[in-house]
Amino acid sequence: MTSKLKEALQALGPADADLYKCVHCGLCLSSCPTYLETGLETESPRGRIALMKAVREGKVGFTEQVVPHMELCLQCRACEAVCPSGVPYGRLMEATRAQIQQAHPGSLMRRLALWVAFRSLLPHPRRLYRLGSLLRLYQRSPLFSLARRIPGRLGQIQEQLPLVPKGFFRPRAEAFNPTGEVRARVGLLSGCVMPIAQGPTMEAAVRLLVRNGCRVLVPPAQVCCGALNLHGGDREGARRMARRNIDAFLDAGVEAIVVASAGCGSTMKEYRHLLEDDAEYQERAWWFSEMVKDVSEFLTTLPLALPDKRKGLRVTYQDACHLAHAQRITQQPRELLRRIPGVELVEMEDASRCCGAAGLYTTLQPQMSRQLMERKVEAVLKTGADVVVSGNPGCIIQMQAGLRRAGSQVRVMHLVELLDEAYGDSRGHP
Amino acid sequence: MKKKRLIEGLQRIVGKGYVIHHPDDLLAYEYDGSVDRGTATAVVFPSSTVQVSQVVALAHREGIPVVPRGAGTGLSGGAIAAEGSIQIALTRMRSILEVDAANRLAVVEPGLVNLDLSTSVAPQGLYYAPDPSSQGACTIGGNVAENSGGPHCLRYGVTTNHVLALEVVLEDGSIVWIGDRYRGGPGYDLVGAFVGSEGMMGIVTKAVVRLLPRPESVSTLMAVFPEMDQASAAVSRVIGSGLLPTAMEMMDRLSIKAVETAMGYGYPQNAGAVLLIEVDGIEEEVSESAASVKALCRAEGASEMRAATEASARARLWAGRKGALGALGALAPNYYLVDGVVPRTQLLQVLRRVGEVSQGSGFPIANVFHAGDGNLHPCILFDERQAGHTPRVLAAGGEILKACVEVGGALTGEHGVGLEKKAYMPLLFTNADLEAMLRLRRAFAPSGLMNPGKVFPGGPSCGEGFRPASVVKADQGMWV
Repeated sequence: MTSKLKEALQALGPADADLYKCVHCGLCLSSCPTYLETGLETESPRGRIALMKAVREGKVGFTEQVVPHMELCLQCRACEAVCPSGVPYGRLMEATRAQIQQAHPGSLMRRLALWVAFRSLLPHPRRLYRLGSLLRLYQRSPLFSLARRIPGRLGQIQEQLPLVPKGFFRPRAEAFNPTGEVRARVGLLSGCVMPIAQGPTMEAAVRLLVRNGCRVLVPPAQVCCGALNLHGGDREGARRMARRNIDAFLDAGVEAIVVASAGCGSTMKEYRHLLEDDAEYQERAWWFSEMVKDVSEFLTTLPLALPDKRKGLRVTYQDACHLAHAQRITQQPRELLRRIPGVELVEMEDASRCCGAAGLYTTLQPQMSRQLMERKVEAVLKTGADVVVSGNPGCIIQMQAGLRRAGSQVRVMHLVELLDEAYGDSRGHP
Repeated sequence: MKKKRLIEGLQRIVGKGYVIHHPDDLLAYEYDGSVDRGTATAVVFPSSTVQVSQVVALAHREGIPVVPRGAGTGLSGGAIAAEGSIQIALTRMRSILEVDAANRLAVVEPGLVNLDLSTSVAPQGLYYAPDPSSQGACTIGGNVAENSGGPHCLRYGVTTNHVLALEVVLEDGSIVWIGDRYRGGPGYDLVGAFVGSEGMMGIVTKAVVRLLPRPESVSTLMAVFPEMDQASAAVSRVIGSGLLPTAMEMMDRLSIKAVETAMGYGYPQNAGAVLLIEVDGIEEEVSESAASVKALCRAEGASEMRAATEASARARLWAGRKGALGALGALAPNYYLVDGVVPRTQLLQVLRRVGEVSQGSGFPIANVFHAGDGNLHPCILFDERQAGHTPRVLAAGGEILKACVEVGGALTGEHGVGLEKKAYMPLLFTNADLEAMLRLRRAFAPSGLMNPGKVFPGGPSCGEGFRPASVVKADQGMWV
């Protein structure tokens, strides 16, 4: 490697101040899903940090031995939540992924696929909608039911795909207005996958907010939050998308930016770090991040009045990693669930352990993803719940696929859907 | 090629995927929670006693040292690989084989995480008492090897008081049971000899451990003192009064700062020291003891008392203490944790001496420790990347240990001797003492291949890393 390239890699890599916070005490081990599955230090946060340090100190490069350990990381950040030294593991891993992306762009196919995803799809909502329509068409064709039966990897991918529902959710220029007094003006992130795969969930979120006195804006200028880019090592792409979202929401003049997807919320709360060296956007990014609220976090601040519409529903709650670990939000969703009349909340075992969805992980690390999903499905079934609730589209898609495979009738719902259902009427826009 | 043959032999025993031998991967097995480092030839992950036995037997035939490893959270370098050794990681053997609630015992595998045992027997109203601060990660096997303690050992004793019997693999691969499932078997207390032997006598493959009933009521108190001297006096006063709290933990100004910087648990930032005191038992007893403890602390100058009886509030008071070591990472990239014991009446004097060592060496020292049983944990903060700092830090640690021994204390309370403190053993023991210990070890492990280079002085001291020269057979050198 030339010294210039080395320098470039170093610049992308984790900051020393972050890296050397780790005192290798090992308290993170038991929180790490991949360590728990393998029992291997190399698949643990402490082991990965040791390898990052070794790279930093020039003891090893990103060899074909080292890279897979970094790639098996789910970036669930469960370790970060239990770390007594406050090691910002998520940031360390993002920087490491960026380094790897630079040093080992991978096969041409992989590079091409990621480039298409990161640069030509995610930042372009219209293309995403078109792709969504195509996918919907495909899923309603006889071809799809055939393709699902293909043994092996290809069939498995088909199985994991979410069934695209009929209506897409779309940002729009006009606000959704409450009938009575306006208590708050909020922006809502539409996102990339959610409006296509879970349009009805987005509509439920709007109805819920409007019913509770919010004027909801879904600015059309917004794009995907950039989380997938960031986790995949495309930091530059993510920064560009962050800037566009900051402009879109801050220009809309809202008091809070509500996010119904834990992964997006966590990334958006960290825009301030992502853009901390961007003189122009630094301050706006700080403000933006301050305003971002997970939908559960925001709803608990409102005096929700829920009508008594349901009886005897057993519900279990699955913590989304980026809600529980990255945003440290565990109580608010549970509190909201308990407030729904007739809902009995039963905790599952290890509710905050990753379900294996983790963004593109299902596709990139199918085996580990599957293992974690099966564990999660087992835990859900053990509770005897009718519904499993989560706060992140990735987890919902993963659990739907897992429960479908297990032949289970348990419904998977987003928190806002269940809340919205409690009001009875849940069709169309308010 | 010898190495290749060895790896193949190991792979045949445990399966191909369960042998790590690539140098890049071995980087993640060089360390534990301490400051030492060492690289093994291979790390193997057996899944059964038989596999452990086969691996050990193979190593014995080839004359290769073996080093057992649990979660690698140890603080004295007990699991650090000797150069050229095979490291046996027991993380795949983590089942609870049996819970006998009526007899209050459990049979567990060595790789089981300490806290997982307590969590899984909680529905039966039981728990496993020894609770090292790393209990969320450390393993029962490692606890047995190091005779680990924890905050609550003040009342309930350390690991050795909770182990009834052990299945161990000896250096030639033979599998033996020592001890008795129901206490009171005749003959020598071999379990007593084995617990705390730091992996140098054999490898634990099953442990029968005692479980205790959960106390009806628990109260956690935090006493805030303007000065550490007052807190030390309060410790002596409480114990002297005849009360026996389950835990009495002290944190000084610097460790409070670390915890607050890293985690913000709401510890009082301007305090000179805090004491965390816990009492348990039946409800009446607990409220009475808690009241007495409060009165005694106030009498010694406590400026504020916080109390909690509800589980989550208690956990919050404890969280800072349990995470204190890791939190030091917020102040410096490395710490060297000294584990010395002093008579409780000498706490004040030795803590002052620690302060002098800090001033003299120029390294900040945070104190977070088990005050109730005089088990000090001065943590010397430093940055190992600074040239020459590590040896100076180790020397400062030596000063502190000397001070402990001078007032009638000991070298280690619960972390073991390992690599870290072997050079200091002559401070406490004569050659005849050490010879006697070595003879005991030889009775279990005559060849010296079982976790060599630990505990006994001689060979390169800690910080220098291991050289093959230190891996000598027992008869070649005095101390191995």
